[in-house]
Amino acid sequence: MERYYQPEVECASREQILAWQNERLVKQVRHVWDNVPYYRKKMEEKGLTPQDIQGVNDLKKLPFLTKDDLREAYPYGLLARPLADCVRIQSTSGTTGRRVVAFYTQHDIDLWEDCCARAIVAAGGTREDVCHVCYGYGLFTGGPGLNGGSHKVGCLTLPMSSGNTERQIQFLIDLEATILCCTPSYAAYLAESIHERGLRDKIKLKAGIFGAEAWTEEMRQNIQEKLGIKAYDIYGLTETSGPGVSFECSAQTGMHINEDHFIAEIIDPETGEVLPDGEKGELVFTSITKEAFPLLRYRTRDICVLNREPCPCGRTHVKMSKPMGRSDDMLVIKGVNVFPSQIETVLLNLGMDPNYQMIVERKNNLDTLEVQVEVNETLFSDTVRNLEKIEKTIAGALQSVLGIGAKVTLMEPKSIQRSEGKAKRVIDKRNLF
Amino acid sequence: MQIQQLSVFVENKPGRLAEITEVLAAANIDIRAISVADTSDFGILRVIVDKPKEAIETLKEHGMTVSLTNVIAVGVSDHPGEFSRAVRLLADTGFDMEYMYAFISRDKGRAYVIIRTNNGQKAAETLQENGFDILSPETIYNM
Repeated sequence: MERYYQPEVECASREQILAWQNERLVKQVRHVWDNVPYYRKKMEEKGLTPQDIQGVNDLKKLPFLTKDDLREAYPYGLLARPLADCVRIQSTSGTTGRRVVAFYTQHDIDLWEDCCARAIVAAGGTREDVCHVCYGYGLFTGGPGLNGGSHKVGCLTLPMSSGNTERQIQFLIDLEATILCCTPSYAAYLAESIHERGLRDKIKLKAGIFGAEAWTEEMRQNIQEKLGIKAYDIYGLTETSGPGVSFECSAQTGMHINEDHFIAEIIDPETGEVLPDGEKGELVFTSITKEAFPLLRYRTRDICVLNREPCPCGRTHVKMSKPMGRSDDMLVIKGVNVFPSQIETVLLNLGMDPNYQMIVERKNNLDTLEVQVEVNETLFSDTVRNLEKIEKTIAGALQSVLGIGAKVTLMEPKSIQRSEGKAKRVIDKRNLF
Repeated sequence: MQIQQLSVFVENKPGRLAEITEVLAAANIDIRAISVADTSDFGILRVIVDKPKEAIETLKEHGMTVSLTNVIAVGVSDHPGEFSRAVRLLADTGFDMEYMYAFISRDKGRAYVIIRTNNGQKAAETLQENGFDILSPETIYNM
């Protein structure tokens, strides 16, 4: 039998959901207008005042926000409440240049954790469960979000954070964890490690909630079989709160968006036009309940489809497909957002020509990044030692800027694939979408 | 008395060494001595040729990363202990050897060692003062 964390909300009638959205949107636009000069200016440039937004139908009049806006307004430009009212920040994994800092009041944290609790209950979680959270804790939203949701459900929560696979497996066994929360690639890696050690019979897991990176249906089957669990997808982004913006139910056919907190739109990434339901386009979110960091029409750059068909699980909130790609060049590698331009910056800062190519692969379900750099005469040295030193210097700089390790390979000039004279900067062999 | 050696960056992929040496062959350049230093992903090809200037030009025309490096060529007589006497001398007089490689000459009873040290000119003088034969560029190129 399907269970819900907040049935009156999750299974509310469409009329009720629309009524909430209308009311909350109007209130939110007023709140932003009054407290966020950055966005108010954007509205004024379009000749808008809060009176122009009477409900969801008027949403399309509002200007978009993008990651560039967040960067420009960093750190406080989009803050809508006094800092004294805020209790937490979380941040994206990007570099200093691209870093996004999101602020939360206690109210915001509560609502975020409710969203995560809905995801845990949808995955079968109850207060009897032991919830093993090995998303990273800290600035990353994964750990704190699921941790809070698990508390709300009343699960015994294991705040494992990431890394140390031996210890993860030990706790899974000794504390008889029943729900696993982590990135899908780490879940696959854990499954493999457990399988190799012949420990499958000692594991009591029944479900997993996996998000923060793209994964395929095949990967889901693989994890489900190896661990004997049901694997559920969860979606979110720091800009809108973190994981729990949407989550999968027992139907496992898309993620229900928590529409009482977020209004979703699909737009044409080229023109910005809103597309009808069922069409593929860029996902845009409007936060209608957040107090401290309420983004209106935030462009996620994720390409997906919305589905409003009734769901057998009984939830009435719209479902989004797994993201099918990006409308920009951002890559998610090991759960970390990476832009090719960051590699270019690293090389330029080292005084090198930015002739590079990124090769992203998934080996044993873990992402790997190789950065190939062309060696020109200024870089070339006659000794192996010096060339290896160059590789180490580049690798060190990449690690500190990207926050993930990369293997650096020196290449001959012009060896990087060029099509129509333009170098192809990214080769992603992962087949994620 | 230093000799110009060509150093070429070689990507670690099948056939690459053949391609590079084919470029030299096509330009009618004769190789006097050759050595390859390798790591898991790249190598450095070091060659001494009869016409270094022409060689570097043709390699660059073919888009290769190449540089000229000064090395010394030492003639040693082909009997036990001669080579070790040369390197002992360099070590004791404070030279750091970065790399070396050897080839046997057409003259019976002689071998040649190509050495790259931190101060080639000085090293050549030291060796010469101690009775070693230092080859001139012309000798090597016209060998």
